[in-house]
Amino acid sequence: MGSIRIEGRGSEGVALGLHVAASAVLCTLLGLPVVALVLRVPPGRLLERFQDEALVAALRLSLLTSVAATLVVMLLGLPLAYLLTTRTFPGKRLIEAMLELPMVLPPTVAGVGLLLAFGRQGLAGGALAALGLSIPFTTLAVVVAQVFVAAPFFIAATRAGLAEVDRRYLDAAATLRSSPSRTLFRVMLPLAFPSLLAGAAMTWARALGEFGATITFAGNMPGVTQTMPLAVYLALQTDLDAAVALSVLMLALSLGVLLGIRLVTPGLLPVGARARAPGR
Amino acid sequence: MLELRVASRRGEFELDLAFEARGGATTVIVGESGAGKTSVLRVAAGLDRPDWGRVVLDGEVYTDTEAGVHLPPWRRNLGYVSQDYSLFPHLTVAENVAFGLRAAGVPRGEVGARVARVLERTGIHPLLRRKPTTLSGGQQQRVALARALVLDPRLLLLDEPLAALDLQTRRQVRGELRRLLQELGTTTLYVTHSPLEALLFGDRIIVLEAGRISQTGDRDDLLRHPRSRYVAELVGTNFFAGRVAAAETGEKVRTADGDLAISRAEDPADLFVTVDPREITLHTHRPEGSAQNVFEGPIVELAPEPPGGERVRVVLGTRPPLVAEVTREAVASLGLAEGVMVHASFKATGIRSYR
Repeated sequence: MGSIRIEGRGSEGVALGLHVAASAVLCTLLGLPVVALVLRVPPGRLLERFQDEALVAALRLSLLTSVAATLVVMLLGLPLAYLLTTRTFPGKRLIEAMLELPMVLPPTVAGVGLLLAFGRQGLAGGALAALGLSIPFTTLAVVVAQVFVAAPFFIAATRAGLAEVDRRYLDAAATLRSSPSRTLFRVMLPLAFPSLLAGAAMTWARALGEFGATITFAGNMPGVTQTMPLAVYLALQTDLDAAVALSVLMLALSLGVLLGIRLVTPGLLPVGARARAPGR
Repeated sequence: MLELRVASRRGEFELDLAFEARGGATTVIVGESGAGKTSVLRVAAGLDRPDWGRVVLDGEVYTDTEAGVHLPPWRRNLGYVSQDYSLFPHLTVAENVAFGLRAAGVPRGEVGARVARVLERTGIHPLLRRKPTTLSGGQQQRVALARALVLDPRLLLLDEPLAALDLQTRRQVRGELRRLLQELGTTTLYVTHSPLEALLFGDRIIVLEAGRISQTGDRDDLLRHPRSRYVAELVGTNFFAGRVAAAETGEKVRTADGDLAISRAEDPADLFVTVDPREITLHTHRPEGSAQNVFEGPIVELAPEPPGGERVRVVLGTRPPLVAEVTREAVASLGLAEGVMVHASFKATGIRSYR
């Protein structure tokens, strides 16, 4: 028996070693660029950078557009996620697939698509022009591009959260005089709130980092469409230190959001839906 | 009064039944799990729409598939307590109980008073600021009941209200619940798998087997005249369906499992026969005497009745199969144990037969 146990422990040890080695490789690949960025920051120059008007403009624009995009996504995404969670209808699978597409599409392709749809010569361009609207190469275009690429994150998280809410709570609410819309606001949303929050944070982080669709659809005009990622790219051509400083700022923002999500939503699961059954 | 008729098919399962539940009384639906008990409650509550059916409460039509009427649950005047209580985990006890009142648009000032009143009545007032997850099973049960009762429903639907509780709590809550239902006088539909609860709570008892009603009656009907093996097992008696046949030595009932001697001469007809387990005597040797029914077989199982009690139920592998109930002393003096061969005897007069 003793020898078997030692053999078992030996092979377990090898397996553990392999897991650790694989993890180390991947963590290095993902982590090293971050470390490199932080190490390259020229001390004292970071602060100086924030007196740069162009940078401040880019930062302000990034915050403005990403918050706007997140609000739009939440406002329109919540009803959509609710319908997709609670109803079945023809073409649902197609809509679901389309909603996931922006996650895998190269953002520049998304930008081209946006131009062909909402550009002056685009599908909806004429209709928009009739309304006196021209979207491309405006701040609005930045928001539209961000909504396009970031919406799937909110919709996916919200759908998962709503679906996690146990049916029996909805039944209980219905027998307590609560109409479906009241049940949505008083039962489903509170129970799914952590998922909604996580989805909104992911959406905001994705919108903040948006580059490809923005530069294609909105262009790169300082103060109007030049967001932080675009400013980083531009700075890279002329001033590496500036690019690094901007990058570190982006990095800090993104890391803050991701850490924040983890603090607010342990395990990304709605706490309420996991309540234990009585006395079993 | 509640009138309910339903015919539904869900895959292999078919629900097909009709009954009336008397106003102000408790009607118990008893059956094994999977018999369709919860489905009946869900149709009554409006949570499920039957393929065909009618639900009428005190003259108000809630569901009438032929007329295309189906009132959604939130427009029905009823209270529903599900098996797991389903208390909202994000709300306190008081908020849970107030939920229905708020949804019904009861004025703010009135909500607090009504919540307080029902919490007093169910004895959970000290818990009002607690979250459901911090409550014991018995407390959760009371909150769920209070949450339904605060709306003064005309119909109360209880789905296995005691099943989620441990034995000791169940005994206590059972007594409280009986008192409460008697005080309220609300028309109540009570679903359970427990024969004890059915006999205890049911002013009228409906036995459900595989989606159909196999018997309806009050306590005495069920105890004295079971009409299926399932009901006989519920009330704990030996049960046979057979046909009267004349024999040289007297009247006999021929059942699928063998013949039984009966005392009364009857016309040849189908009938049901029960033998009270306490009428059966056990012997280690073939008995001599007047008992016309003697069957030999091994003891299959010995079980104290009630659990830990003074009497013992003896399950016999005789033909027909029988269950006898004897005292503890008899088990000791006869040396009864599983596998021991015994003779079981009972008089023809110990048989009750009915159509």
